[in-house]
This record gives sequence, C-alpha cells and structure tokens, in this order.
Amino acid sequence: MSSPLGAQVGQMARRSILQTLRQPALVVPPVFFPLALLAVNVGGLDAATRLPGFPTDSYLDFAIAIAFVQGALFAMINAGSGLARDVETGFLKRLALTPMQRSALLVGNLAGVLVVALASALIYLAVGFAAGLDVQAGAGGVVVIVALSMSIALGFAALGALVGLQAGSSEAVQGFFPLFFVLLFLSSMSLPRDLIEQDWFRTVATYNPISYLLEGIRSLVIAGWDPEALALAFGFSALFVAVGVLGATRALRTRLVRT
Amino acid sequence: MTRFAGVAQAVWWRTIHNFATNPAFLLPSIIFPLFFFTAFAGGLSSIENAPGFDFASGYTAFQFVFVLLQASAFGGVFTGFGIAADFESGFARRLLLAAPNRLAILAGYAAAALTRATVVGTLLFAVALATGMQVDGGAVDLFGLVVLALGVSLAATFFAAGVAFRMRTIQAGPAMQMPVFLLLFLAPVYVPLDLLSGWVQGVAQVNPFTALVQAGRDLISGGDVPVLLTAGVVAGLLAFFAVWAVRGLRRAEAAG
Repeated sequence: MSSPLGAQVGQMARRSILQTLRQPALVVPPVFFPLALLAVNVGGLDAATRLPGFPTDSYLDFAIAIAFVQGALFAMINAGSGLARDVETGFLKRLALTPMQRSALLVGNLAGVLVVALASALIYLAVGFAAGLDVQAGAGGVVVIVALSMSIALGFAALGALVGLQAGSSEAVQGFFPLFFVLLFLSSMSLPRDLIEQDWFRTVATYNPISYLLEGIRSLVIAGWDPEALALAFGFSALFVAVGVLGATRALRTRLVRT
Repeated sequence: MTRFAGVAQAVWWRTIHNFATNPAFLLPSIIFPLFFFTAFAGGLSSIENAPGFDFASGYTAFQFVFVLLQASAFGGVFTGFGIAADFESGFARRLLLAAPNRLAILAGYAAAALTRATVVGTLLFAVALATGMQVDGGAVDLFGLVVLALGVSLAATFFAAGVAFRMRTIQAGPAMQMPVFLLLFLAPVYVPLDLLSGWVQGVAQVNPFTALVQAGRDLISGGDVPVLLTAGVVAGLLAFFAVWAVRGLRRAEAAG
C-alpha cells in the first residue's frame, strides 16, 4: 500500500481477517448455519413448489437466496462484536494515541468481515451447484449474485459496526441478532409474497426490506434479469451501507476523541 | 419433608425465581415460541393447499404441535444453560457440598423445567386458540398432548443437564442446543412426512422426534394415535437421558 491511509486500512483489514480466522466460532456459523437451514428448508418445503403459481419447480432455486442474507446477518455480528471487543479491551483508546485515521479502522474492520462473507458466498454457490442449482441469468448472473451478496453483507456489517461502536458491548451486538432474525422470518423467505395467504403477514413482508434483498438474488436465479428486483435489492443494501457507515463514523468519532 | 424433597424444592424455587425475575431468561423462553408459531403458521399457511397435504384440523394446528414440542425441548435446553451457569459461578459446587442427596438437585432442575414448559405451553395454547386454531381432539387427546410435551421437556432437560454436568461451563451451550435443534428440524416440521423430499425424508423416517410430532398432530386432530410406539419412544428417551444425566452428575461430584 502506497498511501498512508491505504497502509492503515491494509493493516486493520489484516488484523480483522486474522482475528476472524483464528476463532472458529466466527467462521463456522456463517458457513454452517445458512447451509443447514437451506438443507432443512429444501427437504421440508419442496412440496410448496406444487402450489399453483409457485415460480419454480425447484425449492433449492427459490431458497438459495436465504443463505446469502443469513450469512450477511453473521457478518453483522462479526463486525459489531469485533469493534465492541476493541472498545471493551481498550484497544480503541490506545489507537486514539496513534496517528491512525478513524476511517482506516472502520474500513479495515469491514474489509476483514467481507473476506469471510465472500468466502461464505462462494461456498453457498458451490454447494448449491453441487445440489443442482440452476441460475437463469447465467454466468453473469452468478457474478451479480456475488456482488449483491457482498453489498448486503457490507450493509449488515456496517449496521453491526454502528451498534458495536455505539453500545461498546459484544452482548448488545448479540442482542441485535434476534431482531434481524425475526425480520428474516417475517419476509418472503419461505414463500413468494403473492402466495402468502395471511393478509397481515403479506403486509409485513411487503414493508420488510429483507424481502427485497431476498427477491433481488432470487430473481437472478429464477427469472433471469429483472431490473426492478435488482434495483430494489441494491438500493436497500446501499441504504443499509449509508446508514451504517455514517452512524458508525459518528460513533467512532466519539469513541476516539483525543482528550 | 424428606431431605430429598427439601433439596429438590429449593433448587426448583431458585430456578423458577431466576426465570421469572430475569428478563434475559424469561423473554426468549416466551417470545421465541410465539414468534415461531406466528412465522410458521402465518407465513406458510398456504402450504396446506399443496397436493397431498391432508391434515383435517388446518395448518395452524399442524404447526402448533411442532412449536409446542419445540418450546418444551428448548425449555429443557435453557435449564441446562442455567445448570452450566451455576457451575461457572461456583454456586453448583457449593450446592453439591450442601445437598445430602445430590440426585435431588437434578430432580429440582427437572421440576423447574416442567414448570417452565407448563407456563410457556399454556400461553402458546391460549394464543393459538385466540388466533382461531381448530382443535378436533377431545379432552383425553389434549391431556395426552400435554403429557407428550412434558415428556419431551423432561427428556431434553436430562440431555442438557448431562452435558452441563460434564462440561460445567456455559460455553457448552452449543453442545446442548445444536443436537436438539437438528433433531427437531430433521423431522416433518412444515409438511407431513410423505411430502418431505430428498435426504431429509430419509433422516426424518428414522428420527425418533418424528414419531412424537406425528403423535401430537394425531392427538390435536382426534386421529388414531400409535400409543405403544409413542409411549415407547418417550420412555426410551427418558430412560436413556436420565442415565446420561445421573452419570453426568456423578462426574461433576468426582470433579469436586
């Protein structure tokens, strides 16, 4: 890295990646749990593909999107917990004594989390293809799926960083996980919105941004290229990134105040 | 009061008191079953329109049984978390020193888990009825469903207690949670066994929890319950995990 900021980002990213790789508890769940849920759902809900109007005859094609969003939730936990731990252990206070730029800490931490998210996304795709996944949008679609899943992971990781820096407690970050887990379940996760019978559930799923993240990835797998679905998915993930990064930057400014 | 009953009652009261007064323990136990019931019964109800789905009492009752048994099992797991936390704080070791009959400690934790399952199950049942769940089984069937749920809770408690007694740290949480999670979800969760597909169907056919969840659904719909099979599975799980828990308790005693 030539520029000082680039070097700082590189160092922080390296630290974040090493921290993550040294703790199996941070690597195994993002890979294992989404695949476990995918396996259970594909076997358990295959009968849903026989419903009139279901958009595909393979529940795997429908459900693979869940793995990417669930993996992004783990990115949120990892990013938030990492920064909260830095607050708890006093690392941030020591960092405040150095010429390190605030943005380097945040970007470096998020970069480390994204490396795990990228590896997880590639594993989900590999397992999916091994199980018979068929992406209608072709090879280009696969690239966009990875890009979109990175964008979603970045959005959630930034929100996790915001919570971790604001609260300064790993427990607070962990406490946020159930909230997003609930949002995932109250979305179009298991069925297309037009096939959800209960009006109240369909309304909640329609106002729930997680539905649009899922539907963006799902559109590439099932329908091919759907500009509206992709715009909504990228739009919501960009919104999460913006809210998370701005909030985390403000929180970091408070945490790194030089007194 | 015998010394056994005295110890068991003290452990039961302490566990229930902690459960009822600590929102971090109380809320997940109550909110998560209600949430899963809402998410599964509400979000997936159109599954009952799939060809081959034949459950007369409707999808809400179909999912209620699974969520009831799931809540009962996880109540047992949470009790295991409590035991592990008691070891980490040193309380359990003092308890082992003070109790004249240490099996009473296990009995106290088990009684607390049953109390907890009763409270959560009652609340879940009330919410399910309020949201229009159809119950076609009679009073005897419902009593059987309650006994089934309590049996599942007790078996899960013995399993989690066995793990907690052996590992004596809250870090054993995943070792208690994951096997129960896998056992529950590799069963006919969303659709009847016939409509499962792939390897999940193969696993579900030999999963003992499948027999229990199917029996529960037969009970709530007033269908014919394979009583011998169901009682055999419950008794087998209880006997196996009771031995597992007691041997774990002996290990904890030996560890000092």
